[in-house]
Amino acid sequence: MVGASPRDGEAVGELLSAALDLVEQGEAEALYTARDLALTRFANSRIHQNVAEHDATLRLRIVHDGRTGVASTNRLDREGLREVAERAEAVRRLAAANPEQAVLPEPDGQPDATLGYVPATAASDPELRAAGAQAVVAAGQTAGLEVSGAFSTEATSIAVANSRGLSGAHRTTQGKLVTVMMGEHGASGYAQATNSDVSAIDAAAVGEEAADKALRSAGAGDLAPGEYVVLLEEYAVATILEYLSFDGFSALALQEGRSFMELGERVMGENVTIWDDGQDPRGLPAAIDFEGVVKQRVNLVNEGIASAVVHDSATAQRAGVASTGHALPRPNNWGPLAWNLFMAPGSNSKESMLAGIERGIWVTRFHYVNVVHPKKAILTGMTKDGTFLIEHGHISRPLRNFRFTQSIPEAFSCIDAISSETRLVAAEYSGINARVPALRIGAFNFTGVTAREDGV
Amino acid sequence: MNDLIDRALDAAQRGGASYADIRLVERETESLTVKNGLLESAASDRSEGFGVRTLVDGAWGFAASARLEPAEIERVTRQALAIARASGLVRGEPIVLDDTPPQVGRYVTPHGEDPFGVSLDEKLRILFEADAVMGSVNGVAVRQGSIESGRERKTFASSQGARIQQEIVEAGAGIEATAVNDSESQSRSYPNSAGGQMVTGGFEAVREMRLTEHAQRIAEEAVALLDAPQCPSGEMTLIIDASQVGLQVHESCGHPIELDRVLGYEASFAGTSFLTLDKLGELRYGSKQVNIDADATAPGGLGTFGYDDEGVPAQAVPIVSAGQFVGYLTDRQTAPIIGRNSMGSARAWSWQQIPLIRMTNVNLRPGEAGTLDDLIADTKDGLFVSTNKSWSIDDRRLNFQFGTQIGWLIRNGRLTQMVRNPTYTGITPRFWGSCDAICGLSEYVLWGVPNCGKGEPIQTGHVGHGAAPARFRGVQVGVGRW
Repeated sequence: MVGASPRDGEAVGELLSAALDLVEQGEAEALYTARDLALTRFANSRIHQNVAEHDATLRLRIVHDGRTGVASTNRLDREGLREVAERAEAVRRLAAANPEQAVLPEPDGQPDATLGYVPATAASDPELRAAGAQAVVAAGQTAGLEVSGAFSTEATSIAVANSRGLSGAHRTTQGKLVTVMMGEHGASGYAQATNSDVSAIDAAAVGEEAADKALRSAGAGDLAPGEYVVLLEEYAVATILEYLSFDGFSALALQEGRSFMELGERVMGENVTIWDDGQDPRGLPAAIDFEGVVKQRVNLVNEGIASAVVHDSATAQRAGVASTGHALPRPNNWGPLAWNLFMAPGSNSKESMLAGIERGIWVTRFHYVNVVHPKKAILTGMTKDGTFLIEHGHISRPLRNFRFTQSIPEAFSCIDAISSETRLVAAEYSGINARVPALRIGAFNFTGVTAREDGV
Repeated sequence: MNDLIDRALDAAQRGGASYADIRLVERETESLTVKNGLLESAASDRSEGFGVRTLVDGAWGFAASARLEPAEIERVTRQALAIARASGLVRGEPIVLDDTPPQVGRYVTPHGEDPFGVSLDEKLRILFEADAVMGSVNGVAVRQGSIESGRERKTFASSQGARIQQEIVEAGAGIEATAVNDSESQSRSYPNSAGGQMVTGGFEAVREMRLTEHAQRIAEEAVALLDAPQCPSGEMTLIIDASQVGLQVHESCGHPIELDRVLGYEASFAGTSFLTLDKLGELRYGSKQVNIDADATAPGGLGTFGYDDEGVPAQAVPIVSAGQFVGYLTDRQTAPIIGRNSMGSARAWSWQQIPLIRMTNVNLRPGEAGTLDDLIADTKDGLFVSTNKSWSIDDRRLNFQFGTQIGWLIRNGRLTQMVRNPTYTGITPRFWGSCDAICGLSEYVLWGVPNCGKGEPIQTGHVGHGAAPARFRGVQVGVGRW
C-alpha cells in the first residue's frame, strides 16, 4: 500500500491502481494532483509573508449505467481511498442518467513525463527566494522606490489512470518573480520573469527593469481618452491572449455560441497567428491534461483565420473529433482551456516600432481585465505601471492610467508592426502562460481615465 | 487532538517563536449541476489538513500539511520556524500583534435543514423542475442550474491560550438561461449571476429561492434581449438593482478598506487603495445617504462566523457613516498601526493558506426610498440595470466599469424599453457622492459572493454584501463602441 502522500512515480501509480481496484462496476478514472508551493512575498521593501504548502488530492470518477459520480479526498491512505470510492459510487448511484456523458479517453501515447521539470527548482529553499527578494529590493532602494513583489517556486504532479488502460503522468516546475515599484508623484513600474528553471531568473535584472519604468513614470499627466495608436508591451499582449483563451479558444464556448471564433472565417489581420502548444519548451510545458491525454499543438488563429479550438473528451465527443489534450479536472463548467499560448513574432525591433508612431500611447501592462461582450470579444481593463505618451517617434511624458473598452478581433485586425523578439509571460493567477511579441496597433479605444490620488 | 496542538505550539516556542498558532481544518463540499435537461456533474469533495504560523524576531513564517500525525506536525512547525528566520533576511520594523485577549469558545452556524442531509433526489428534483420550465421557452440555447453545499470544521489554538472550535455551514443555488444568435449571446440569471445566491445556513435558504417560479421569466428575458436595442450612451440617472449594488459595494468599498492593501501588501498583485491612512475620518466617501458597515455577525451572511482565523470574535463596525469614511477592515498585525485592536477580518480560505484581511459582510444600510417600484416611480428619466455581467476596477479602486445582464429605460416614472449590454462607469467617491436614494428594508438582501480572489497564492473568499436598490445621478452609461 502506498504512503500517505506519495512523491515518486511508482508510488503514485500504485495509488491510482489501488483506487481503480476499489471500483466494483463500470468504468473509472483516478486523477492524482500534487503541488509543493513556496512563496516569499515582500512589500514596503521587506518580506511580509513567507509560506510553504504541500497538498495531494485523489479524484475518482466512476461511470456506469449512464450515471457518473465524482468524489475527491486528500486523505491518501487505505481508509481514505475506501471512503472516496464509497462516496463516488454513492453519488453515481443516486445521480440522474446522462446519455451524453463523455466516455473516458483511450490510451494515446506516452508523454514525456519530465518535460518542464527542473529538480533544482523543486528543491529551492526559502534562502534562495529571500536572496531574490533582496536583489529586487536593492534595485528599488537604490532608485529611492518602495518595492513590493513575490518570488515563488513550485513543483506540480499530475497522474491519471483509467479502466480503459490509459496511464499518464508528468511533473513540472515553475519559478516566478514579480515586482511592482512605486515612488513619489505616482511613479510605478513592473517587471516579471518566469521559467521552469528558477536559476534562469535574474532577480537583479527584474529589479532594474521595474525601477527604470517606475522612475520614468513619475509625474503622470492627463490626456483625454479616445482612440489612439498603441504600442503594447509583451505583458499587455499576454493578458489579452489570456482573456481570449477564457472567452473563445475553448470548444465549449464555440459549441454554446458565445465564442468570437468563427472557424474558417477571418477574425483578425493576416499578420496574426496564435497557437497553443503544451509540449514546447519555450513556454512552461506540461505534457498531459487532467484526463491523461497527451497535449497536442492546436493552431487557433492562422494568419488571421480562426482555425481550431481546444477540446477535452466531452467537447470532442460532441464534435466527433479527438480530444486535443486540454481538459481541466472533469466535471467542470469551464470546458477545455488553452494554457500554453504562443503568438508568432514579426520582424521589427521595439525601437523601430516606437519610431513609427507620430502620436500614440505606450502600454506596459493591463490590470483587472474582464470580458464585456464574449461574442465580440470586447474586453475592458486599465493600463498600469508605465503608461506613456508617444510623440514624433519618442516617449514624451508619462500618463495617468486609462481604461480601455475594445473589441480585440477588431484591434488585432489593425496591427501594423510586431516585434521580432518574444517574451514568456505568466498570468497573474490563472496558470495560463503565453510567449508573445510586442504589438503596434493602429487604433485602440480608451474610454476613460483614472482620478488623482483623492479620487474627487 | 489537544496533544497534537500542544506539540506544535510547544515546538514553535522552543524553536524561538514569540507567537505561534495552528489551524486544523476539514472542509467538505457537494456540487450538483444540471445542464440542458441532463445531470452535468455531481461531485463530493473533501480536504483536511493543518497550518502552523510562527512569529520569530518580528517576522512571519507559515507551513502546512495534509498529514495530521505527530512527526509531521513537528516537521511542519520546524519548517515554519525556518521560513520565519528566512523572512528576517529582508526585514523592516518588527511585527507587533494587538492585545486582543485570547478566546476560548465554540460557534456553529445557525441552520435548519442540514444541506448534506437533503437527498440528491430532492436536490435534483428542484434543478430538473426549473430546467424544464426554462426549456419550455422557445429560443433558449443553454440552460443551467446548480446547488452547492459546504461545511467547514476548524480548530484554532494559539500560544497565547486561544482555543476555538467552529463549524460553518453553507448552502447556495442558482439558475441561468442563455439565448444566442449570430451576433449576440445573452444570459439571464436568478437569483444572481456567477452561480446564484449563497448563504451561511441550512437548505431552507435554497427552498426559499423558489427557483422554478423565476425560471420562465429569466428564460423569456434572455430571448428578448437578443432583439432589444443596444443600451444608449451618455450621462443618465441610474437605478441599480440590489445584487449589482452588492457587487458595487464589494469592488469600490469592500476591497479599498482592507488595511493590508492600504499599507501596500497587495501592491504587486491586485494593487493598493485610494483610502490611505490620512483619509480615515477625513474623506467624504459618499452622500449622506450612504452608510456602510462591516458586520461578521449578520445572520445568514456568507461572511458570517463566530471568530476570525486569528481567534478574534466576530464584530460589526462602521465603515462609512452618513457619507464619511470612518473605518477599515483589520487584523491583529495591522490594527495597532491605526491605534485600534483588530475588528476580526483575518480569514484563510483553507488549512494550507495564511489568514489575510478579507471582507466579512460589508453592507450598505437600507435607506428611506421605499420599494423599488416607489424609487422608479420617483424617477422621471433614467436607466434601471440588473444582475452583474462584468466588472473591472483600477489598482487604487477608483475608476470602475460594470456591465449588467439587462436594463430598461425609465420614462416618467415607469420602466419602458428593454436594452441589452448595459454598462456604466465612474470614479468611486464621485459615484457614491451622487447617490440620492436607497430603497428600504423590504428590498434589502444579504448577497453572498463566493468567488472573491485575493492574495498570493490566490485565495478564494466567501463574503457577503447587504444591499437594496439605489439611485445615482449623472452616471456615464453605455461605454465603448457597439
